[in-house]
Amino acid sequence: MPAVRGDGMRGLAVFISDIRNCKSKEAEIKRINKELANIRSKFKGDKTLDGYQKKKYVCKLLFIFLLGHDIDFGHMEAVNLLSSNKYSEKQIGYLFISVLVNTRSDLINLINQSIKNDLQSRNPIHVNLALQCIANIGSKEMAEVFGHDIPKLLVSGDTMDVVKQSAALCLLRLFRTSQEIIPGGEWTSRIIHLLNDQHMGVVTAATSLIDALVKKNPDEYKGCISLAVSRLSRIVTASYTDLQDYTYYFVPAPWLSVKLLRLLQNYPPPDDPGVRGRLIECLETILNKAQEPPKSKKVQHSNAKNAVLFEAISLIIHMDTEPNLLVRACNQLGQFLSNRETNLRYLALESMCLLATSEFSHDAVKKHQEVVILSMKMEKDVSVRQQAVDLLYAMCDKTNAEEIVQEMLNYLETADYSIREEMVLKVAILAEKYATDYTWYVDVILNLIRIAGDYVSEEVWYRVIQIVINRDDVQGYAAKTVFEALQAPACHENMVKVGGYILGEFGNLIAGDQRSSPSVQFQLLHSKYHLCSPMTRALLLSTYIKFVNLFPEIKTQIQEVFKQHSNLRSADAELQQRASEYLQLSIIASHDMLATVLEEMPVFPERESSILAVLKKKKPGRVPENEIREHKSPVPGSTANHQEERSAAKTVSANASTDLLGLSTPPAAPTAGNTGVLVDMLGELYTSGSPQPHANNVAAQNAYNPAKFVCKNNGVLFENDLIQIGVKSEFRQNLGRITLFYGNKTSTALQNFSAAVTNPTGCIGKLNVQSKKVDPTVEAGAQVQQMVNGECVFDYPDAPSLTVTFTCNGTPQKLSLRLPLTVNKFFEPTEMTGEVFFARWKNLSGNEQRSQKIFKATQPMDNTAIRTKLIGFGMQLLDGIDPNPENFVCAGIVHTSKQQIGCLLRLEPNKQAQVSDLLQCRCFFILLRVNVCETLSGTGH
Amino acid sequence: MMQFMLLFSRQGKLRLQKWYQAYPDKTKKKITRELIATILARKPKMCSFLEWKDLKVVYKRYASLYFCCAIEQDDNELLTLEVIHRYVELLDKYFGSVCELDIIFNFEKAYFMCDELLLGGEIQETSKKNVLKAIAAQDLLQEDETPQGLFEDHGLG
Repeated sequence: MPAVRGDGMRGLAVFISDIRNCKSKEAEIKRINKELANIRSKFKGDKTLDGYQKKKYVCKLLFIFLLGHDIDFGHMEAVNLLSSNKYSEKQIGYLFISVLVNTRSDLINLINQSIKNDLQSRNPIHVNLALQCIANIGSKEMAEVFGHDIPKLLVSGDTMDVVKQSAALCLLRLFRTSQEIIPGGEWTSRIIHLLNDQHMGVVTAATSLIDALVKKNPDEYKGCISLAVSRLSRIVTASYTDLQDYTYYFVPAPWLSVKLLRLLQNYPPPDDPGVRGRLIECLETILNKAQEPPKSKKVQHSNAKNAVLFEAISLIIHMDTEPNLLVRACNQLGQFLSNRETNLRYLALESMCLLATSEFSHDAVKKHQEVVILSMKMEKDVSVRQQAVDLLYAMCDKTNAEEIVQEMLNYLETADYSIREEMVLKVAILAEKYATDYTWYVDVILNLIRIAGDYVSEEVWYRVIQIVINRDDVQGYAAKTVFEALQAPACHENMVKVGGYILGEFGNLIAGDQRSSPSVQFQLLHSKYHLCSPMTRALLLSTYIKFVNLFPEIKTQIQEVFKQHSNLRSADAELQQRASEYLQLSIIASHDMLATVLEEMPVFPERESSILAVLKKKKPGRVPENEIREHKSPVPGSTANHQEERSAAKTVSANASTDLLGLSTPPAAPTAGNTGVLVDMLGELYTSGSPQPHANNVAAQNAYNPAKFVCKNNGVLFENDLIQIGVKSEFRQNLGRITLFYGNKTSTALQNFSAAVTNPTGCIGKLNVQSKKVDPTVEAGAQVQQMVNGECVFDYPDAPSLTVTFTCNGTPQKLSLRLPLTVNKFFEPTEMTGEVFFARWKNLSGNEQRSQKIFKATQPMDNTAIRTKLIGFGMQLLDGIDPNPENFVCAGIVHTSKQQIGCLLRLEPNKQAQVSDLLQCRCFFILLRVNVCETLSGTGH
Repeated sequence: MMQFMLLFSRQGKLRLQKWYQAYPDKTKKKITRELIATILARKPKMCSFLEWKDLKVVYKRYASLYFCCAIEQDDNELLTLEVIHRYVELLDKYFGSVCELDIIFNFEKAYFMCDELLLGGEIQETSKKNVLKAIAAQDLLQEDETPQGLFEDHGLG
């Protein structure tokens, strides 16, 4: 047991020794439980404990907590210690409170009272103890109680330096909890002037505070720029002896330097030419010092010196106006790439990623390509290799794309599993972005699948198909290449998917060659069939039916496959359905019809690669970049509106920089259900009714019209400049499933995204709705899906509401919509003869079973439109049974989990008057009747 | 801003934890477990930084103890290494060539020292002399108190 310093607690030391001597985990737990019981009884006992004993027990509890056990008592005793007049007891009390923060309301007042007393103490040590406690807890209540006093402590002339330091950081902590506590007005300049303080410790602490304040309100604090520059200038020109104890291993005030350099990164380059000149001098001096021989061999010296250097380089990159400094920074980092220290190599690669995005230094970075490739291949530490991959991605442009992509492909064969998926995405993005020859692009992606098939996500192979479909110059090549790739004895399932899809579309382009004749193509694909998952098999079945159209000569061969027991009676419903439907199609359909149904896929709408969104999602911390920023103008605009400039610059960097390269496609409006349905596209042909929400008809459907969706299951529910909400729904009996597609139309991510479905009070118990949570972030140009399941328990009056909230560019948005889930969705159309219909109609002639409504048609009468609506409404339109041919009669059953409700409807258009229609609905349930009348008349018919 | 600092042994035992960001206890335990496992699995020559969730983790081993700090994207990794080093220097000076046992038996001192160096996740005082002065002043206050505990622990109180 080592000696205990100061006023040690022997009981505590003995307890710690006991614990350390425990031979097993069980013994330790036993000993701890014994001690906990002991402490509990002491705290509850009749004998009052003195301060020392309380301190000792509280300390033991702390130790037990640190061992990883939960502590749920002792807070009261700790709070008692706070008011002790013995410093050591007070200190332990504060420590316990800080470590085991418990904001029990009855205690918080006592704690705050003690803190208040200590803040007023004349002893700075007590004041600091209180400040440290506030900073450690930093709750909202504390911000309210002390938010007023601490700023005074900070700027008062009487306050001692040590207290000022704590006060500055304490205030910073409270500011982070509640931003309104910082007083404005004259306080601003007093806080800024702390940068001039004599005491380096005060300046260091104050700089952290000012940095946070500047982030909230840059204009109010812009006076700090010149003060920060002069302070920095004094430090970098100081000799290491000037700053005494603030020199760290021969580096003058590294912490303060880094903080000042960081502070300046909140602003554009200074307007004032004098300040600007001085800042550039500082940065040059820092770069010069990096070239000087080290003053010490200790790693602390080089770390501190380079910490300042890296921060200076960050500022140079942030300013992005000094080509000379940027190139020098790049050369300096280039030297680090072959430094002995792994840490330096790691950081140099990281920093160079940023330099690669500046047009001034992009070329300078490219000079180091060979070394970076070597780093990717040779580094022992995977995190360094990862940085090298990031840098290669960032420095890639059209001049070196082929080489970099090839090197990345080579490396992929042996790359760590942890970085493969990301590398695949990066290779796919670069290949697409810089492809001038799309045969190269196709080769790269097929290579990706060959080398790292398991890591090729759906987005990647969807994308290659989209591109091949959109570019007819590459289709023949693609067909030939996949055909060759499929000949490998073992090929990845993703290859089968791509191969299946491409041959199904373009197999005819290579069918002229005997080696890839239709029958050979078919047999090649089918040889893989049994090794594949059901999803791939389903895709292959679609390919086969396309073959029936392309190559009638192998039709019987293919029909045999459809007929196979394992397909036609497959346990997988999708396979079974496809096999039987395709078989029927191949038997029944004429050649012309087949050719129409199985026509070549239409061109996909151009849009931003969805792979990019996946990559962004994978790296939440920092968005990987492969864009060269437009350089900022050398003389920045007035700082008054630079915040807007900054946000504008953000969008510019996403869009305008693409013009610089002229290769990327601008992000177009996302289309609902586009990538996800490739495989299902043929299946779609069999679901009659409204088409998928599709880009082509998006423009026409701008306004929000909930009534439209009464008679319609799919389409664009809502659209504005920011977002598009598509809907697709299916109903079976009393169950419904609605898929909502939220597409971000902007070039920034939508944050705090939430979509909540609420059931109106009148529907509770009658309709059950459940919705899945959606991701809180929708990346730029990306689309997310949300599933909503509905169960109709009983006749309900109103559709649930859908509230969509999100933040776009800092502005909160809220949309209130109605979910297209009206009761009529659960209708099952019912056929009946005129006799039956009118017999029932007469049975329901009482007032309690009848609702009618006369309403004005909003549109001119059009029989086809009315028919479409009524069919869409879900009931069976019964033709030719009404004696008056002008009338429409319908019958349907609403499926609820409680019972089935039959419902009859008759619509009598009044053609002569052209003003009003009589709608009559008969059924046993009043709610349903009224509901049907209201909803249907609300649609205009 | 530093989010948290963990001290743990080569055997994976947590010796000190300081959180500058409020997390629920469950999360703290999970983070601690995951990070200790990740860092102990790394080889000696590897780089001292790793990306972890949206944070950067900086760690360094001193004898049998690992010091590990989580910082934000904007923070400087190299300087965080030197914060760790400064802390070790302070402990070393105070205890006189510090070892893991000193920190186990005097964990409260280690906390007090930490509060002088860092506050609210930011560096408060970088001068070694000033921190030691502050700690010495605290010890002086304690010595003024009657060493009552001495008697009590021997059953004489």
